[in-house]
Formats: sequence, C-alpha cells, structure tokens
Amino acid sequence: MGAPAGRAGAATAGVTPAGAPGYQPRRTLPLRVEFRRQLHRRRTMVAFGILLILPWVLVGAFEIGGPPSPDSGAPGLVTLAATGGLNFAAFSFFASAGFLLVVAVALFCGDTVASEASWASLRYLLASPVPRARLLRQKLAVALAYSTIAVVSLPLMALLAGTVAFGWHPLRLPGTGIELGYGSALGRMAVVLAYVMINEVVVAALAFLLSVSTDSPLGAVGGAVGLVIVSNILDAVTALGNWREVLPTHWQFVWLDAFSPQITWGGMAEGTAVSLSYGLILFALAFRRFRAKDIVS
Amino acid sequence: MLAGLAAVVALAAVGVTLGVLASRPAPIIIRNTRIAVVDGPHANQHVSLDATFYLPAGQGRVPAILLAHGFGETKYAVAPEAEYLARSGFAVLTWTARGFGASTGQIALDAPDYEVADVRQLVSWLARQPRVLLDGPGDPRVGIAGASYGGGISLLAAGYDPRIDAVVAQSTWNNLATALFPNNAVGGTPAGGVFKKQWAGLLFTQGAVGFGSAAPGAGGTGHGHSPATGTPLCGRFLPQICSMYQQVATLGRATPQAIALLKRSSPATVDSRIHAPTLLIQGEHDSLFGLSQANANYQQIRRAGTPVDMVWFAGGHDGGDQQTSRMEALTAQWFHRWLSPGHPPRSAPTGLPGFEVSRSLGFDPATGQQSLAVATAAAYPGLAGLDHVTVRLSGPPQVVINPPGGSPASISVFPGLGQLGPAAGAGGLTFDMPGQSAAFTSAPLRAPLQVTGSPQVRIRVSGARQVTLFAKVYDVNQVGTALLPYQLVAPVRVSNATNGATVTIRLPAMDYAFAAGHRLRLVLTTTDFAYATPAAPATYRVWLAGPGLTLPIDPALTVGGSTVPWWTWAAPAAALAAAIVLLMAGRRRRTERLSPRVAEVPLEITGLTKRYRDGQLAVDDLSLRVERGQILGLLGPNGAGKTTTLRALMGLLHPDAGTITIFGREVSPGSPALSRLGSFVEGPGFLPHLSGRANLDLYWQSTGRPIGDARLADVLAVAGLGEAIDRRVRTYSRGMCQRLAIAQAMLGFPDLLVLDEPMNGLDPPQIHEMRDVLRDYVMDGRTVILSSHLLAEVELTCTHVVVMNQGRRVAAGPVQAIIGEGTALAIGTPEVARALSALETVEGIAGAEPAPGGILVHAGEVPTADVVAVLVRAGVPVERVGPGRRLEDAFLDLISSDGVTAPAPAAIRSPAGQGAAMDGGS
Repeated sequence: MGAPAGRAGAATAGVTPAGAPGYQPRRTLPLRVEFRRQLHRRRTMVAFGILLILPWVLVGAFEIGGPPSPDSGAPGLVTLAATGGLNFAAFSFFASAGFLLVVAVALFCGDTVASEASWASLRYLLASPVPRARLLRQKLAVALAYSTIAVVSLPLMALLAGTVAFGWHPLRLPGTGIELGYGSALGRMAVVLAYVMINEVVVAALAFLLSVSTDSPLGAVGGAVGLVIVSNILDAVTALGNWREVLPTHWQFVWLDAFSPQITWGGMAEGTAVSLSYGLILFALAFRRFRAKDIVS
Repeated sequence: MLAGLAAVVALAAVGVTLGVLASRPAPIIIRNTRIAVVDGPHANQHVSLDATFYLPAGQGRVPAILLAHGFGETKYAVAPEAEYLARSGFAVLTWTARGFGASTGQIALDAPDYEVADVRQLVSWLARQPRVLLDGPGDPRVGIAGASYGGGISLLAAGYDPRIDAVVAQSTWNNLATALFPNNAVGGTPAGGVFKKQWAGLLFTQGAVGFGSAAPGAGGTGHGHSPATGTPLCGRFLPQICSMYQQVATLGRATPQAIALLKRSSPATVDSRIHAPTLLIQGEHDSLFGLSQANANYQQIRRAGTPVDMVWFAGGHDGGDQQTSRMEALTAQWFHRWLSPGHPPRSAPTGLPGFEVSRSLGFDPATGQQSLAVATAAAYPGLAGLDHVTVRLSGPPQVVINPPGGSPASISVFPGLGQLGPAAGAGGLTFDMPGQSAAFTSAPLRAPLQVTGSPQVRIRVSGARQVTLFAKVYDVNQVGTALLPYQLVAPVRVSNATNGATVTIRLPAMDYAFAAGHRLRLVLTTTDFAYATPAAPATYRVWLAGPGLTLPIDPALTVGGSTVPWWTWAAPAAALAAAIVLLMAGRRRRTERLSPRVAEVPLEITGLTKRYRDGQLAVDDLSLRVERGQILGLLGPNGAGKTTTLRALMGLLHPDAGTITIFGREVSPGSPALSRLGSFVEGPGFLPHLSGRANLDLYWQSTGRPIGDARLADVLAVAGLGEAIDRRVRTYSRGMCQRLAIAQAMLGFPDLLVLDEPMNGLDPPQIHEMRDVLRDYVMDGRTVILSSHLLAEVELTCTHVVVMNQGRRVAAGPVQAIIGEGTALAIGTPEVARALSALETVEGIAGAEPAPGGILVHAGEVPTADVVAVLVRAGVPVERVGPGRRLEDAFLDLISSDGVTAPAPAAIRSPAGQGAAMDGGS
C-alpha cells in the first residue's frame, strides 16, 4: 500500500456541473459494459451450453431410437422431426419452447438485478451513481439481448444439427405433411421466432419485476418459472373456458399456426396482445418499484 | 419477492373473481310442462308432449325459439343449448318428439301428419304465452332449430307453417330416400340406390329400443326412455314405418312405397315453400347426411328466393369436432338477426358470410386436438365450386370381383362409431379388400390443391347387368400412405352394364387440402361394410373413361385474418396507458437546487430521519456537517444508525425527512452530486466471476467517466493485492476483498470518501498503513467519513467524531477535544471525596469529578507531577495515573442509557478553541 498522490479535488467544486468532472448520467453503465459484466458468468455459460447441446442430444435420441414411424394418421412435428434440418429445428423449438426457453428467459431477466443485489454490487453501481431508471433500462436491454440470443441460438443450432443428421430437405408441415419451399419455410421459421420472443416478453417482465423486488436471484428466476407453471396448470382447467385466454401461457403454442398450410394470424395477434399487455404493466411496475425502493442489500 | 408474489396473486384473484362474476349465468326461468296435441292423418290422435319452457328473467315479450332434439334423444339433450339461447334473450321451448322419452305417441319420422302437425300446435302454444313476442294474433315471433332429426323437423315445419320466421337446420337431410339409398352416378335415383344398411339399422334400433344416443348433433343421454310401450320388433315406430324398414332391410334395396314414405318426411317436398330465412349447417364428417343433402336444401330454398347461408363444420354424424360452442353462437346470431325486435329488413345482409367452412389446420400437438380455421366466402357456390381443376389419373383396365354374399367387405367408415374415429380431416381405419378394388393414381401434385365441393370422375364398367361400386378418392403422401378424406365413399349402381356402360360419378362432397407432392388415387371397390351389396358373385372390368378427376375449387374462400377480438387492440393500448400512469404517478421531483451557502461544504446533513418499513426508526433527526480536510468518525454501537446514515448519503434510501447536501447539491437517489463521492459501505460488492482488476475496470467504466480520471495505478497501490489482482474475486480472502473495495471507493479520488468499518478484516500492519493512506488522502482538502463501533479506531484515525446511538446524534466534536489528551488525568484512588477536596484549592485546575475507580482531573496547564504531589501531600493514596478517557466514558455512558437526550451533555460540548467545525444545532 502506498499513499496516494494528492490532487486538488476541490478545484471545480460548486461551479456548474453538479457531479465530478466528466460525469454524465447518460454515459453511465454503457451497454457493452453491462454485457461484459454478464458474459463470463457461469449461469450464462451453462444456459447457452444447454441450449446449444440440446439439439445434438435430440439428434442422438433420434439416431438411437430410430425415426418416428411415418404411417400414423396425422403427422405431428415429432413424427416429422427426422425428415430434415428444417423440420428438426421446428421440432426442437416445439420441444423447448414450453419450458426450456422460459427458464432461459427467466434466468437472464430474473437474475440480472437480483444477483447484483446479492453480490452487494448494486449499491455501488447506484452510488457511483447510475441513475436508477437508467440502471434498469440498461440491465433490461442487456437481459433481453441475452434472452433473444438464447431463443435464437437453439433453433439455429437445431437447424445445423438437423441438417447434418437428416439432410437439407423442404419443411413438411405437421398435420397435412405439405412441403414448403426453402424460402417460405425460413420465412415461417422467422415468424415463429418472432412470435416466441414476443410471447416470452411476459416471462421476461415477470422475472424482471421479481428481480427488482428480491435480493435472491434464485427466487426471482424460480418465481417467474413457478408462475408460468401455475398459469399452465390453470390453462389445463378447461372449465375456465374463455377466461383462459387471459393466461399468459395460453398462447404459447399459437405459433404452430405458422405451420398450417395457410398461415393464420388471429391467434398470434391475440397472443401478442396478451403478452405485450402483461409485459408493459409488469415492466412499469418494476420501474416504479425500483424507483421507490430503499436499497438495503 | 413476497410483495411481487402478492401482487401477482392479487392480480390472479381479481381475474378469477371477474371470471366467476362474468361466467355466472344470467338468470333464466325453467318450467317443465306437458303439452297436449292432436295429430294423425285424421287429426284424431291425442299425444302428450313432454316439454320444457325456458324464459329469460324479466318482464317484456321476447322472440321464441323451438329447439328440436336428435333421433333417439329427448328434450334433455338440447337443454344446454336451450339455456344458452334463453340467456341470449329468447324464450325457448324444447320438447320430446312423439314416440321418444316421456312423450306419448309413436315415431313417424318427422311426417307431416304427425310430428309436423305437433310443431304447428307448439307454435300456437307459444303464441299464447304472455312473454312471447307476437307478429299478429296467434302468430308468435318464432324460430326453429335442431340437428339431424331436429333439423329435419325444423325445415319441414318451416315449410308447413308460415308463422315460423327463421330456421337453423344442422346435419340434416333433404331427401331421406336419397340419404338412405344413395346412388352417386349422375342421373342415379334412390330406386336404384345402394342401401345404407348400417346407418339405417342403427337408426331403426335407436327408435325401436332406445340405443343410447350414438347419433351426434347434440350430446347428452336419453332421459326418460320408455321403450316398453312398443312391440319388441317395432318398438315405438308407427307400424307402417316399421314394416317399411323390415321390407327394405330384408330386400337390401328400396321399394317404391319406401321411397314415397321417406320422401314425405323430407324437406325436399317443402323446401320451395320455405320463406323463413334459413341457416344450413352441415358436417364434413358425415356419412349419413353428407354435404350433398345440405346442398340440395340450399338450392331449393335459394330458388324460393329465401335468404339462406351455408356452414360446413368440422363434425357430423361420424364425429370430428362438433364445434358446439361455435354452432350455438352461430345459431344465436342467426336468430338475433332475424327475430329481434327491430331487426334489419329482409333485403339487408344476413350478418353471416354466405359460405363458411371449418378447415382443419392439422393436429395441434399442444392440445392433442385438431386446430381449425374458418374460411369464408360471400356466396355459396354449390358443389361444383366456382372453378375446377382436372387431375389426370392413370391405370390400366382392371378386373374386380364381387365376393359371394358381399363378404368380406372393404371398410371406409364405421357408422355410429364416429366418435371413436380420428379427429383429423383424414385417416382412420380404412381397408380395401384385395381383388375387390381397382385403383387409378395421379402424378404427384405440383401445387397444393384445396378441393371444395364434389369431385367427379367418368369411368366405364362391364361384366354384369347391374354393377355396384364404391368410389373414393385417397390422398397418397410421398411415402405412399393413403388417407381417405373424411372416410367418405360414393356408392354407385350402374345399370345395363353387361357389355359396358359409361358413368359419371359424383364423389363425396368435401373441403380438403391435397398437399403438393401428394398423389390422388381413385379407388373403386365392389364392397363396403356400411352398405348392402349384391350377394351374387360377379366379376367386373373397370377402366377410366375420361382424363381423370374433375375437382371443384372455391378460390373465394379465404381464411379470415382480421377477425381478432376487439381486445386484441384494446388490451395493449390500455396496458400502455396503465404503464404510463404507473410510471408518472408518484414520481418524485428531483431537486437539483444548489445551496450556495454550503457549496464548499463536502457534506451537510440536516434533520435526517429514516424509518424502515418494519417501523424501526433507524435515524432520528440527525444533523451534522463535515468540512474539507476532516476525517470524520461516525461512532456508535451496532444498530446506532451509522450505516443507514451512510446509505442515505449514497442515495440508496429515501429519507422520511431531512436533507443531505454534497457540495451544496441536494442528494436524492442517483443525483449527479454522488459522483463526487466514493463509498465503501457494509462490505465489498464485486462480481465474483471477474478478476479484481476487471471489477475495478468495469466499475469505473460504468460511471461513464473518462478512463484517465480513474487513477487506477494509485488505487491499485492502495489495494496492494499484487499478482492476485488478476485472479477472480471469488478466490479472495475477506481482507483482500476489503482492500479491493476500499480501492474501488477511491477510484477517481473522489472529494468525499465514505468508508464503513474500513479496518474490519485487516491485519494490524494493514490497519496502520490504511490510517496513513487516509491521513494523506485528506491532505489536499478531500474529506473522509468513516464509521466504526470501535472507539480506539476513531481516536487513532479521525480528526472529528459524531457519536450516535439509537439513531440520534448524542455527541459531536473534534476528537482531540473529546478525548481531552493532555488536559485530563484519570487518577485511581479509593478516596474520591478527599482527593476532590484536595484539588479544589489548586490554582489552574479547571475541575475535577468522580470517575469509576477514582477521579478525573481537568488539569489545564498544571503539570501532572504537581497534581500527584498535591494529592500525595493531602494523604490521598494514588494507585495509578493515566490519561483521562473522556470520550470512552461518555460513549459508554451515553449508549448504556436508553433515553438519550439532546442537546449533548455538557461533558461533550465543543471547546471554543476547536472552532465551530461541528455544527451542533439541529
């Protein structure tokens, strides 16, 4: 340890800038900094590891178990999974959208603030100072970016793995077995990706709200996933009838409409509306809550 | 966390409550009654009908609906739909048709003299009800609806009774003779038709002995069956119906009498007289009353100039998806359109698309159900479609045999077991007996082909005078799997074919998508399980007599995309508004005002009060002021409010009262003024997966300030971690973390450095060095605030001290003054009183007071030796002499008493010589 050399810190005190020289609220916590802060975390690595390995595991499963028998009445996504890379990607997506991607999104969005609180680094960021709204905005942007990469990386890897294992063939639609050209097949995959991302907004928002409300990353992620499970259970109660339509998970597989011979948008429009509505309110609640919060972590 | 969960739970609870409230049925009045009617050819048969009358609650007159049940059922089968319609505002009368359930009489198959006559009297009954809206005396405003048997009576009654104002007929027949004796050869008649023996047998059995309710169209079990009133063979059938059935079932073909009898019970006889606007709903999965029956009804009603719309739904007598709620909604919509008081004129649009088709989008793997889309077109084009496509077939002439007795038979569908069949639009157990079928296959389709209507094919057949064949079109996929759409077949009977006859076959009407790459295969079999086929063995030769299949298409049918509910747009907009309100409401105005008076004061706290949510008052009206160059110690026991104070000045807390200014700028969360503050509070906070250097680096970058201002090298020297700085923080010891955290607080050499218990976890040499660092740090006018619960720490490091206890400031002043170094002596003696009196007389001694174990002497300029000498001279035993620890004594005193009072006790007052650095006012 050595004594610091002095510097006249008082030189500019009391003059126009309220803060230290060079300090501008708009420049605090740049996205690239937050991105780097999150990048080397074990949970980031593990999440992406699982998402990128899963398609190969599925390929292995199909190789061991043999392709599903094609002669059942209406071919589902599972039956068609081994018919080519595109179909395999669609199947992998179907297999993972219900839970794995939910967990991934909940992880990135639920952990982001709560983990800072648990490390106690949150208070130093806020005192540095990163204005609270800006801190949330930057962290949310990075968490959503990671979530997006997660949602996209799985089907991309599945496309690669499926093409390596089963070849590059036209997409065959479930139910009808109609084959689509490559262009329109990729277009539909893009639609599906976009929809799933929108649908995950509600998970992201819920996880984010819990993340600013708790100091326990596990609680935030688990809480969001848990509520998705509860929503799924309620959705299974058919007696609720149309009331299930307000459940955020009611619409999570509506993107299968994009794999019908004639693409229909109604369900996806409704699902988008539900997800965005929840998302807006939950995000607003998160910002409001964090703004008024006493940071005692 | 808990609060978040609670919020979500509360939201869910509100949603459920709303749901329960909204789904609580509107009140309706249900009245069971028996209605006496007189019918028969001579109007002399008295029948008592078991009926139920449903009324919406209220007083006014409302339109009425007659709701008829299916064959083999009773009024109870339509109870759910009746309640639904009653809740929609209609008076609904359901009744059990004669011959069924608790009604008396015999089954006459919707005959004009019997069931139709009954319904006309029900219409009159409705006209007498005080709550039923009237068009004129004895003429109620009334619609009639039903499925299958109930659909038949609906059309027939509308044909016979002009008082009926609207009709919804589902899954019903146009001509019972062509339905039970179909002949799909163009020009074929029921006289030469093929007997639909399985369906006919099932229906007859249902009527005779009450065979449950296998016929769909309305679910529910037949309550109140009393089949005992009939004979064992004929059950409750009218004798002439019974004998007709026995005759045709024995013969395996139609007789003229049977055809005439069945025709009388058919809307075909009255369709041209129907002037009530009619909605026809027919199932795609229906081998009993296929789409062609509805088509015939449509054409006849249309020719009469009556408004009529067509709906093809995904169910039918063979199962599929009955779409019950959608059908109920369509029914209610139709009746609202035509029956409501002040409904639009007849010339106005019907309110429904002219043609609506439910299309299977395939299996939904999520629900295990088939997902449906609704395609609509402005007009119904008929079974020939708007246009047609020809698909060439190829195949050599083939020889097929008719096995003796017609057995074993090929299988297309199991009548009555439809619900067990597949839900999808294709597939199911189909089987063509080898040797009995000829196949003609197309090339793979280049493009998808959506067929809507009845395909046709022209073939030639020879080998017998009369040839019975079953024609079907398979959908063959790339792997060769053949699926029979809707499991439908077209029976044909070709006459005079001994030397060959050419015939055009109308294949079953359907709405079906053949995928690109798939082939179409026409199969002609000699047998079918569901039909009566000739018993005599025969050999036929069949070949194509045309290019192939002519398939009708309806390009006008489009799957609507814009029919999303209103809330699809409203919900996000409302949510956006709510979000804006949430963010705007209760927003605290940040006060960036500058107080010039204290612009040069590093820190001033005035009246700071903070009460946590649990009610604990952590800081109570605290005021203090720190000047440049000071090292201020916040001294107090654990829980005194030191850390809360530091958190508040870091902008982490929202104080309940009071202000904090840093260089004259008021501090609120995120104030720019905080950038002049470096802090280390309640332990280090690092990203454990990054190295110490990366942590400091990223921390500085997150302040957004120029990298050159960080003075990283100087700070790293303070941390003194050496090589370890590049290791992950996770691997650090507590002391290393501590030093790194202090280094982080010093990044950029802030004007105000706040350290909370900085010496914890450091070893003695490090503590010593840290003191030097802090002393140097304030040399140039910077300021350090440190908190400690250790008196010695404050004493050794700080220039000034604020003592806190239970959230309050109990003392403040320069450390020197409070410690009283060189001015106070602690003298251990057992004889306090004598010692005090001895010192009273000494010149220069400011005062003396009792202290634990002796006395405390404010010796002033008087040397210690003189004081001791005075005492010794006075005979007071002096056991020990040391510096007087005023601060410690006061500190212990203060914190041991609960009721701390301000202002500070006189013992801790600020001596004038130390200046007014500590602002004692509040």
